[in-house]
Amino acid sequence: MRVVLTALMLLYAGLALAIDSEPPFADPGLQARYEQLTHEFRCLVCQDETVADSNAELAADFRRQIHGMVEAGRSDAEIRQYMVNRYGNFVLYKPPMQRSTALLWAGPFILLLLALVIVARVVRRRARAQEGAP
Amino acid sequence: MIPELGHLALILALGLATAQAWFGLVGAQRRDGVWLAVVRPAAVAQALFVLGAFAALAYSFLTCDFSVAYVAENSNVALPWPYRITAVWGAHEGSLLLWVTVLALWTLAVARFSRHLPQEFAGRVLGVMGLVTLGFCLFMLTTSDPFMRLLPAAEQGRDLNPILQDPAMAIHPPMLYMGYVGFSVAFAFAVAALLGGRMDPVWARWSRPWTLTAWLFLTFGITLGSWWSYYELGWGGWWFWDPVENASFMPWLVGTALVHSLAVTEKRGAFKNWTALLAIAAFSLSLLGTFLVRSGVLISVHSFASDPRRGIFILSMIGVFVGAALTLYAWRAPTLARGGGFEPFSRETLLLLNNIFLVVAASSVLLGTLYPLFMDAFGLGQLSVGPPYFDAVFVPVMLPFLILLGIGPYVRWKHGDPAATARTLRIAGIAALLAGVVSLILMHGEGALMLGAGALLAVWIGGSAFIEPLAYLRRRRQGRHTTLSRATLGMCVAHLGAAALVLGISVTSLLGIEQDRVMRPGETASVAGYDFSFEGVHPEAGPNYEARQGIFRVSRRGRAVAEMRPEKRAFTTTETTEAAIEPGLFRDFYIALGNPLDQGAWSVRIQYKPLVRFIWLGGLLMMLGGILAASDRRYRARETAAATEYA
Amino acid sequence: MKKLAQYTPFILPGLVLLFLIGLFARGLFLDPSKVESPLIGKPSPAFSLPELKQPDKRLDQSLFQGHVTLLNVWGAWCVACHEEHPVLVELAARKLLPIYGLDYHDDPQAALTMLEKDGDPYTAVLFDASGDVAIDWGVYGAPESFLVDKHGVIRDKYIGPITPEIIETRLIPMLQQLQAEP
Repeated sequence: MRVVLTALMLLYAGLALAIDSEPPFADPGLQARYEQLTHEFRCLVCQDETVADSNAELAADFRRQIHGMVEAGRSDAEIRQYMVNRYGNFVLYKPPMQRSTALLWAGPFILLLLALVIVARVVRRRARAQEGAP
Repeated sequence: MIPELGHLALILALGLATAQAWFGLVGAQRRDGVWLAVVRPAAVAQALFVLGAFAALAYSFLTCDFSVAYVAENSNVALPWPYRITAVWGAHEGSLLLWVTVLALWTLAVARFSRHLPQEFAGRVLGVMGLVTLGFCLFMLTTSDPFMRLLPAAEQGRDLNPILQDPAMAIHPPMLYMGYVGFSVAFAFAVAALLGGRMDPVWARWSRPWTLTAWLFLTFGITLGSWWSYYELGWGGWWFWDPVENASFMPWLVGTALVHSLAVTEKRGAFKNWTALLAIAAFSLSLLGTFLVRSGVLISVHSFASDPRRGIFILSMIGVFVGAALTLYAWRAPTLARGGGFEPFSRETLLLLNNIFLVVAASSVLLGTLYPLFMDAFGLGQLSVGPPYFDAVFVPVMLPFLILLGIGPYVRWKHGDPAATARTLRIAGIAALLAGVVSLILMHGEGALMLGAGALLAVWIGGSAFIEPLAYLRRRRQGRHTTLSRATLGMCVAHLGAAALVLGISVTSLLGIEQDRVMRPGETASVAGYDFSFEGVHPEAGPNYEARQGIFRVSRRGRAVAEMRPEKRAFTTTETTEAAIEPGLFRDFYIALGNPLDQGAWSVRIQYKPLVRFIWLGGLLMMLGGILAASDRRYRARETAAATEYA
Repeated sequence: MKKLAQYTPFILPGLVLLFLIGLFARGLFLDPSKVESPLIGKPSPAFSLPELKQPDKRLDQSLFQGHVTLLNVWGAWCVACHEEHPVLVELAARKLLPIYGLDYHDDPQAALTMLEKDGDPYTAVLFDASGDVAIDWGVYGAPESFLVDKHGVIRDKYIGPITPEIIETRLIPMLQQLQAEP
């Protein structure tokens, strides 16, 4: 409970944005990857902020490590796996595509298809009613 | 003394709400004119007592009565008096009282403006609202009493979070609540119609202005929240798909479907089931939002402190209200008379598609928001569903919807003429295609396709929105007798707002630039063709904080454009980042200070945000459209003829 | 059958509601902010850290071999750790299992002072200045504790302060089970 309270107090502080103190990459491509990655991970202390935005010390540590990994030439997938190995899928803001998330990713599109099928049937039925009318 | 009076007022309101509900619903069932006559006075009395309770709490805040526990926890002697009032709804108990107070205001409005409705129907509507009041008053009195005493009284009170001492933050909850609670009126209208077994077009005409008004307040509340988040929180973003943001967005999506579905029920007597279900759904989602914020079931920055007891109570309320309404729906809706048929190419079909897309969109948001809970509850592990998911899913679902948005207003009811529609929309279509292609070419690179799509849709919808008003002006100039109803004008304005929103979101997301860097005094950064020259950070004193203020001079090709002063403010308990914003209609500059490093260097974040203001402009236009539509003349006509017909 | 198909759209919303209420009722008793550890059942991460009290000495993951261990992540800056400390001191006095400390993001002097003033339950304290080892353990706040078995495999994680209740209901039963294992 106390951890949660401490985290909550840090949360208010964390609403003050954190700016990265990591040095920028010389290569803009690497910089873009780094920025993309830090926006993908969830800060576990201020759990409603990305690692890029969070003021928490843990987020600064994460940024430092991610910076190092990008510089060392690790791929995006490797870096994500590194984080997931330590903190689980919770740390990813983009849920992975696996069997347990099939419903999540496919759901909206299945719903849409289903809905369009229903519309087609309703419209056809109403059109028939229209023809039947005097 | 005053807090005790406030508490008493709540108890009296509870009793009167019970009477309101009883006499309204049972009286209508029994067609008892005497009982029904009691309903309106009971409702007015109950509302006045609730307002009294709110006044009592506000008074306790204004006078810094720290013997009231809630006041002590949410206020401070140093708090300026306007923020003492807004602190009333700063935490759980007070925000509940605000909920009930807004409900009291809506109750008064319905009591006042329902005289032309048949007595039974009005009795049912007020009866349902009385039940909702009853539920929330009971909730407060049993688990969340804002008038509990703290003895011995606190000396100073706690320091209020400085982030909440802000005008936009202050009125954001009341505006949202006007929307959420306003949907209870639409809900009550639908339930009353189902109870009576009839849902005529004239019912839709009664319901529409109430629903539109609730919707426009919700639009305003969400827009305010987004704008506040942008300028106050220092991250330069305007939407995070946070669970509680989603909790306000879902009722908005369903509410939008509802106001359009009501149009079909009013004009053609069709879609009654849809309209009833959407009205129930909109209010259910409002209740869901209330639940999510107070239950601790999801992680969110907005969450009030959670207590399982409170969560259980609200969940039970949802079960009772929504369960009863849906049971009534399953029972009665199949027996409602069907409306007229229509052809495949007709406005009815397009509005049906409109309903579908909005409901699928709302369902997708619900799915994403609740999926982490679903996984955790079923032992499937923990998951986060954040902006990457919602952006990836929401945008494709909305794309076809946005295309239809431009077409719908120009298709005839029942029997559309594709050739005529195509002719009307020809220019808008060509302009949209041009805009899309030009944007695609100009951007040439990652995101070009999305930008092209965004530009195409924005010009398409915007162009379509202008057609009817321009046609009206042309007819005027030709000397022909013609009208442009407020409802139609309102629709065009609201759709124009949608166009602005789409354009703002596309451009700012795809063309916006964000740079984090370390700067030393004297250095210049170049972002988006502008030069940002950093002149160092110096201390500044504020009324209740110490600030470190940075100075940036912005120039373009040597010509000075702006001076920006971002700050880091240290209050007694927290520190905040005050971003410097240089606003403009077509672009914002946004600078936030990070952390001090050695030798006067600072980490800073500089952002260039093109067309970001169009997002909130779009929201405001939609709100304006709602105001115009709700104030259409035909809603204000006396409906005495309809009353006798319905009795 | 046709009647069912006809009535389905009217019953469906109600069914959805029932499902959601069930889901929420379950959710009221979960804590979504407690991040489950994916390291449970996995061998402890490799590390090499100086000892707080003897900075020249270095310890690595071999310290877990041969006995069940409790690794407690703490810092002198952490308010909850101060509250947890007496419980750990008492636990150490019972000599049930060795307690190692992972001093995380801390000032060594402040840490030593805390141990002097409030008691030292630790067999040894690993000093993680950068916080990198803590990240390898999936630590996201303090205090957190890990129960590691005789072969260096992480078997349980306690998020938040160790309380007497946690000791009696979770730690001791699991300790007995792990000690009985070969």
